[in-house]
Amino acid sequence: MSTERNPGNRRAEIDGLIAESKIDRAAAALRELWRRETGSATAGFVCSRLDQLRDKLPLTRFKLAILRSFTVEPILPQLRAEALAYGIDLEIHLSDFNTYVQEIVDAGSSLYRFAPNAVVLAVRAEDAASDLCSRFADLAPDAAHEAANCLAASFEQWVKAFRQNSQATLIIHSLERPANPAFGVLDSQTESGQSGLIRQVNRELRRIAGDSRGVYVLDYDALVARHGSHWHDERKWLMARLPISAEHLIHMAREWMRFIVPLAGRTCKALVVDLDNTLWGGIIGEDGMAGIKLSAEYPGAAFQALQRALLDLSRRGVLLAVCSKNNLDDAIEAIEKHPGMLVRSKDFAAMRINWGDKSQNIREIAQELNIGIDSLAFLDDNPFEREQIRATLPEVTVIDIGANPMEYAAAVRDCPVFERLSLSAEDQQRTAMYAEQRQRSDAENKFQSKEDFFRYLEQEADLDPVTDMTLARVAQLTQKTNQFNVTTRRYSEPQIAEMAKKPGWNIFSIKVRDRFGDHGLVGVAITRDEGEQCEIDTFLLSCRVIGRTVETALLAHIAKTAAERGCQRLVGWFLPTKKNAPARDFYEQHGFSRTETNDAGTLWAMELRTSRLAVPEWIKLNVPETANTR
Amino acid sequence: MSVLDDVRNMASDIFGVPAAKLTGESSPETVESWDSVQHLNLVLAIEEKFGLQLDPEEIEQMKTLGATATLIDSKLQPSS
Repeated sequence: MSTERNPGNRRAEIDGLIAESKIDRAAAALRELWRRETGSATAGFVCSRLDQLRDKLPLTRFKLAILRSFTVEPILPQLRAEALAYGIDLEIHLSDFNTYVQEIVDAGSSLYRFAPNAVVLAVRAEDAASDLCSRFADLAPDAAHEAANCLAASFEQWVKAFRQNSQATLIIHSLERPANPAFGVLDSQTESGQSGLIRQVNRELRRIAGDSRGVYVLDYDALVARHGSHWHDERKWLMARLPISAEHLIHMAREWMRFIVPLAGRTCKALVVDLDNTLWGGIIGEDGMAGIKLSAEYPGAAFQALQRALLDLSRRGVLLAVCSKNNLDDAIEAIEKHPGMLVRSKDFAAMRINWGDKSQNIREIAQELNIGIDSLAFLDDNPFEREQIRATLPEVTVIDIGANPMEYAAAVRDCPVFERLSLSAEDQQRTAMYAEQRQRSDAENKFQSKEDFFRYLEQEADLDPVTDMTLARVAQLTQKTNQFNVTTRRYSEPQIAEMAKKPGWNIFSIKVRDRFGDHGLVGVAITRDEGEQCEIDTFLLSCRVIGRTVETALLAHIAKTAAERGCQRLVGWFLPTKKNAPARDFYEQHGFSRTETNDAGTLWAMELRTSRLAVPEWIKLNVPETANTR
Repeated sequence: MSVLDDVRNMASDIFGVPAAKLTGESSPETVESWDSVQHLNLVLAIEEKFGLQLDPEEIEQMKTLGATATLIDSKLQPSS
């Protein structure tokens, strides 16, 4: 094709940018190359250049260990290239074949020395329990059951041993059901057949994961089913113990990414969607209400499928927003009145419908929602608009969709930036919370002074130590909060659980509500006593409540309880990042003095004797008895 | 672009050697990073790019980049 550039040119361009130290442009070009030429060969190039750039780029480091019973080596370059696309620098530790049991049970193994953030346990049923697979027809029914129970019990022991040695996240591949069971169609007639028993082990895996913190199941069976019978490559299996065919290696990598992206905190909080030819077929301004395609039948059904996918995201806590070049009245009429619409105005947390530049509109949406631009994803059928956003707002995750509307819903559903590994009540009500937020802003503008507004708000806060119920939300906040966060330390659920048990450590969580509604659990503080000093390890607030003096109430409570435990000093680091400027003056404003400054940040301290910190009079703070006595 | 050029470009990405330095005669003896893992990567890259499946016997024949290109050519030509 004449439009296709010689692949050498694009690569030479990247090497030129690297040689000239134009690091950001080189990284952008590398991502672009990966997007356009995804595959094994390109992955090799991307990884070698990433190795030259990784120290100079603002990437999130993530350490992944893979315990496996089959060849995964050719997937790894593609996995690293894919991770780069989401701003993640992946360091990978690979176990030897079938050494996973030793690696897990030996506390001093290379797995634990690597100190991974997450571990993938990718074991084929054939390797873990060959009885259940290749010799199934030889087994008596009792023995087959026994083998399945035995395998599930082994998994449970491995998970237990793993948790004793590590707080890393564990991702377990479920077992694949045999494509051709030993007893043929007879196998499907009973739960005790080969498929039934594998299913039973998988059910047990889900139970084990549910009973443990930070343990998840990757549904390998569903993954294979999604991609069809060509997933397997018998020749590569026999020759190189590689069970997955060349074209599907990338899909294995992407499935891992659906866990890695949320674990590394690179998820998006909101999805900005276009209207014409994206939410519905056609152009509302030209085709009118009767002309646009949006119904349960083809071709309108493709757009309804996308809208259903958007609603599903919204229930997961992803905010939806509209950014469309349109006449406002036309668009609103369609959104509100078209009988085929599944998503209505109330489902959108923000709307920009005008003829202005989309990048400016997207900036405004981020401001209105009070989230970073890098927390936004963008969906638009128009390749020109997508390229514009990529060029002007490189932080935005632009979802690539082709020309076929029937593929839109899947493109949204496959996008790892919308994955969540836990769902809190806060997530599920987020859109409603933003509606309340709009009412708050309107009210705020009516008051002369901040204090009057605060009194009017009637804020009430519950301060509690972390419990089993709130552990997931607390960990989630440490992973997601970027703006009002003094140290930006990210913790997994098991790490929080471990800290809560340690003597000298205190974990506070704060729930806030006011006359407009319930914010839910929006703040976390973690402190550690050392002798007469209490150090604030973590102090963060969700952006929803920044500027409402909730932080003062939380800090005052920390100071009070620290003094009650006999501490003399309260200290805390401020570690600056690109995004946590809103927390920069936090310690100074509350009467702390700077005692130390180094490359990482500044240390602030306050003598508790002289502290004048108090809970603001307009906040009613509820503190359980137990929080004081710890 | 000829099949050999395609193969040289892929090999350049995978072995980390400039394409200009690779020829039809390049082999594991002349390219230091061409080990068994990278050989498998080259096989997979070829399968992806050309939509082929290579048998173990065919993979054996890939002793140089030239031989690899010849193999691909023969698989792409419908046998008469």
